[in-house]
Amino acid sequence: MRPAMPLPSVLVENATAGLAPEVVGKVRVSDTQLYLDGVSVSFDGFRAINNLALMVAPGELRTIIGPNGAGKTTMMDIITGKTKPDAGEVLFAGRVDLTKLDEVAIANLGIGRKFQKPTVFENLTVFENFELALKSARGAWKTLLGRLNSEALDRIAWALDTVGLDTKVEDIAGSLSHGQKQWLEIGMLLVQDTQLILLDEPVAGMTDAETKQTAELILTLKGERTLVVVEHDMEFVRDLGAKVTVLHEGSVLSEGTVDHVQNDPRVIEVYLGR
Amino acid sequence: MQRYLPLLLVVLMLALVASVRPAGAQDLAATLSGLTDSDPKPAIESLTQSSDDKAKAALAALAAGNLYIRTADNAVVIGEKDGEMIVVTNAATGDIEDMARPEDLQAIAVPEEAKALLAGAAPAASSGPVDFATALAGLKSDSFADKGKAIDALTALGDVRAIPVFRALADGRLFLRKSDGMMVIGAPSGNEIALTSPLDGAALGIAPSSTLDPLFVNNNLRNVLREAVGRLGLGSADPAARRMAANALLDNATPETVALLREAYGRETVDGVKSVMALSLAAAEIAHPDKVKRQEAIAVLGAASDLRVRAMLQARLNQEQDPDVKAALVKAFDRMQTKITLYSYLENFIQGISLGSVLLLAAVGLAITFGVMGVINMAHGEMIMLGAYSAYLTQEIFRAFFPPSWIGAYLIVALPVAFLIAAAVGVAIERGVIRFLYGRPLETMLATWGVSLCLQQAVRSIFGATNKEVANPSWMTGAIDVAGGLAVTWNRVYIIIFCFLVLGLIALILKRTAFGLHMRAVTQNRQMAAVMGIPTARVDAMTFALGSGIAGMAGVALSQIGNVSPNLGTIYIVDSFLVVVFGGVGSLMGTLVGALTLGVVNKILEPVAGAVLGKVVVLVCIILFIQKRPRGLFAAKGRSADA
Amino acid sequence: MRNQLETLAKPRPLLDRKGWAAFLAIGFVLIVLVPLLNILPGRGSALHLSDYLIPLLGKYACYAILALSLDLVWGYAGILSLGHGAFFALGGYAMGMYLMRQIGTRGVYGHPELPDFMVFLNWKELPWYWQGFDSFPFAMLMVLLAPGILALVLGWFAFRSRVTGVYISIVTQAMTFALLLAFFRNDMGFGGNNGLTDFKDILGFPIQAPSTRIGLYVVSVIVLGLCFLLCRFVTQSKLGRVLLAVRDAESRVRFLGYSPTAAKLFAFVLSALLAGIAGALYVPQVGIINPGEFSPANSIEIAIWVAVGGRGTLYGAILGGVVINLVKTWLTGAAPELWLFVLGGLFIASTLLFPKGIVGMVGQWKAWRDQKKAYALDDKAAAQKGAE
Repeated sequence: MRPAMPLPSVLVENATAGLAPEVVGKVRVSDTQLYLDGVSVSFDGFRAINNLALMVAPGELRTIIGPNGAGKTTMMDIITGKTKPDAGEVLFAGRVDLTKLDEVAIANLGIGRKFQKPTVFENLTVFENFELALKSARGAWKTLLGRLNSEALDRIAWALDTVGLDTKVEDIAGSLSHGQKQWLEIGMLLVQDTQLILLDEPVAGMTDAETKQTAELILTLKGERTLVVVEHDMEFVRDLGAKVTVLHEGSVLSEGTVDHVQNDPRVIEVYLGR
Repeated sequence: MQRYLPLLLVVLMLALVASVRPAGAQDLAATLSGLTDSDPKPAIESLTQSSDDKAKAALAALAAGNLYIRTADNAVVIGEKDGEMIVVTNAATGDIEDMARPEDLQAIAVPEEAKALLAGAAPAASSGPVDFATALAGLKSDSFADKGKAIDALTALGDVRAIPVFRALADGRLFLRKSDGMMVIGAPSGNEIALTSPLDGAALGIAPSSTLDPLFVNNNLRNVLREAVGRLGLGSADPAARRMAANALLDNATPETVALLREAYGRETVDGVKSVMALSLAAAEIAHPDKVKRQEAIAVLGAASDLRVRAMLQARLNQEQDPDVKAALVKAFDRMQTKITLYSYLENFIQGISLGSVLLLAAVGLAITFGVMGVINMAHGEMIMLGAYSAYLTQEIFRAFFPPSWIGAYLIVALPVAFLIAAAVGVAIERGVIRFLYGRPLETMLATWGVSLCLQQAVRSIFGATNKEVANPSWMTGAIDVAGGLAVTWNRVYIIIFCFLVLGLIALILKRTAFGLHMRAVTQNRQMAAVMGIPTARVDAMTFALGSGIAGMAGVALSQIGNVSPNLGTIYIVDSFLVVVFGGVGSLMGTLVGALTLGVVNKILEPVAGAVLGKVVVLVCIILFIQKRPRGLFAAKGRSADA
Repeated sequence: MRNQLETLAKPRPLLDRKGWAAFLAIGFVLIVLVPLLNILPGRGSALHLSDYLIPLLGKYACYAILALSLDLVWGYAGILSLGHGAFFALGGYAMGMYLMRQIGTRGVYGHPELPDFMVFLNWKELPWYWQGFDSFPFAMLMVLLAPGILALVLGWFAFRSRVTGVYISIVTQAMTFALLLAFFRNDMGFGGNNGLTDFKDILGFPIQAPSTRIGLYVVSVIVLGLCFLLCRFVTQSKLGRVLLAVRDAESRVRFLGYSPTAAKLFAFVLSALLAGIAGALYVPQVGIINPGEFSPANSIEIAIWVAVGGRGTLYGAILGGVVINLVKTWLTGAAPELWLFVLGGLFIASTLLFPKGIVGMVGQWKAWRDQKKAYALDDKAAAQKGAE
């Protein structure tokens, strides 16, 4: 167990926006679900992430916005272990150093990710996609001999119902529409039973009705799971009504409620140009 | 239409070659079958007059009772007993065909009246070099004493043709061909041995060592031989021969040869030869009773870098009494020691660079096509092979249609010809196969492997499976003396220079032309390039043409240092892959560094671990290296690189 | 819905009813009928199966196992190994070493322990790695261990550092090339250029005897059947789905918490074991094993068997392995010059024209036929309607 240590001031400032002053002093790293501090990474001299600090509490729903190239996807890459940061600390549940782990270990800690471009296993059926995502032993031998129990079936049934794919169970995933693939991927995160869910543009390419449904789904998960949602659709972000972090050039530009960040002159400058 | 012009050219040239192919084999077969006629005399006469070595071999076999008719197909064959079986050589083609049981063959008997003719045939066939040939035959004797006599006889003749024979004999490279008992001089050529005739220096093709019996000498004879070479060579008109002769006299000069040497030294006008003679003279005086003379000799010797001189100095060091001379000896010895070590490193290094430049030529085209299109062209090796055959074709056309004095220029013509032929075939592969497979790299690999099989078999069907010899033009033969004892052959030097020229040219094309710009754009981001209006399909085809064309030129270069055979490409393809993987895909710099590193490491490992094991070690190292840097030495880093 | 899920969740059968029927029928023909046709009818009879056909069929069975093993890694896990011939050859060498030790004093030099080539090379005693090969169980263990360990080590290094696609093909090709060079060396102690040959008997049975040949053939066919069922078991399991997922989207699998390295390593090692077994069965039937088996060209040829048969379908791989080798046997006898053209052409055609192989073509033809039938019915219905 990592000893409780005081937070760097920049984080306290970001994290405590909107909190009553008397609780501020009590926030500890060990209380966070996700904790990033001083994270930097550059590709061929280009700084994709620059001294990024971010803290997400357990059960929190956080939305992240930012212009193209702000480093949103790279941040997700760092959290899920796809990219190793050049510097900085990335902690899960206040104590697990994610920079030391690979993607597989991180996924098995309970961190799930939906990609910007829907990536499901196109040659497998919807059911088989769920079967793979289902929380279960991951070893080669275990999967060779693995069987589905009734509890697992309940989970899959529930997820199918939640994402509305119950009529497509035996369809090949490749035959689904774009929106349905997005839903399938979200459904896979549900059966994967992850504590921290990272959603990269979950409503891209969805109709308005589908977007609304997705927002509702995310709101039902809030509290139970920790969610980090990257999205461009401000309408959707407003529907979620959660705390918003604005990234710009690889670091946090502003943090707070939707109204707060929308009125922040720095954010306006970045989005509208100077 | 323009696009198909090169293809048309290829077809035309192939037709041409088919028409000029010699029909000698058929004629010989017809003559040979005449031996079974009731009167074989005309056949024997015709064979005697033939200059063909195979005809001579057949006559020799006939005289020895080794010429047979194979009952299965009535072919005339030369048989040689091997245990209970008989090894059969087709008399008309000279190819070893198979083993046969004695009952499958029927010996060709010679009627009494024809026997006389046969007996007369042997001297008639060698009427020109009669004395030399007779003396030479003495070397076939099993007794060392007889061999010594033969050597003396040959030396006495003063015929410089004896020099290569002596040298080969001393090195164990003088053989009797098992099939016909003919004496041949061998030089290692890959795993096999290239044969030349001791009589006239004519090339007699290439044979595996198992078909040859070496002639042995003892150490005593070896010294005799070396001295004889020296004595013969000093009078030669060829400076290189004089030089070698002087060199041979370095450690076994007799008073008699020293006198000869001194005389030759006075006559000598070529500096390089003169210095070698001076060295050998100094070596003869290392034990001179006069102290000053000894010191002078040591000074001359100390400047050399020859293992034999080093041994000589060491031996003298143990005997020398005079402290001054002893000090000079120690100094000279140390100086030479450092020099020799340095030279051996340098030699390995130069050989490594030479191998590396060959690898570079072979791999650079692969790196370009792999980098731009992300496909592995398994037929790349066959582009090299086609280039080598283009060189062969050009040479044959020069021989057939142009005056002999022009032959030296064929290589210059061969380069563009090879480039065009290989590029045309490359474009055909790209347009016909690869473009349908973009985005499926594994399938591309298999399809191009199929192409490579077809190309190999096509070449084998047209040109035959045997090795073709492409001659070095005179300006590429010989060696330059980099420093004492360290020589680099001209063909290697030219290949190194050529390789860097080609690399420079490619760099220029990539950096300075619109095509190069397009190519680089497509390499980095194909979709984006297409959106920008770059005709990616044309860029692909052109890239393939360039990559294949370079491979073709590499083939011309390879034809200068090895044999040309249908599977020439497969020898280099695995190495080329390794260079590309090691250096990093699509990076010229990576290919350069990768190729030179592999070449040098290979050559440095060779003396330590042996050629094959060295290669295995390199392979294993690369497999391990890919673990650490899966994308090679010079790989791009970043998000786009993961795509 | 729940019922549907329950059905889906059941462990999948190895084969369906029709599949088992076909499997057993083919098994009966190959194991019972073929040997009987060789033994019972007289030589002149039209029904008589010639003696030379038995080891030939046995050879095809070995090729089929080899094709099966490559299909497992290529068709299901997306690893195009161009070095599977190496595993085959290693299994073959292990068997060859056992057979060499069985020769005993019957060799040309009559040495009780050393094989002829060692006596010829002036070796005084058996090298340590030849110890134990006089025991059949030990040799069989080595048939599995030699290729298995090589695959484990190479695969672990390669998959761990995410060497994929054409790179893994090149690495495996380089591996078999390195082994080719190494086994050519006389100092390696595996007979160098000539390899191991002149076998006398296996488990006490004379290796040239017709009855032994039938035995070896039957064993090969049975092993082929078992290997098929084993591969079927793997591909029908959840691991099979994980492998497919790895093949199609390796990085996505990682984010689900599966280690592609482990899954691929499992498939690769299993595949190497099968290839080794194929090699071990092959050697006593052809009577020789030499370094030529390591040549990269051999390994690439296996890929074409699988591609032509239909990759990703186990029976397709078997079909490809047998069909192509049938053509090869016939063509190299009838028109050897043509064979390389045909093989090369097959490589090109199977990738360009029928990427799904024979099996895929049959599937397409069936779909086309069904469609035509459906149209015909529609037309009939329309015609009837028109008549009414």
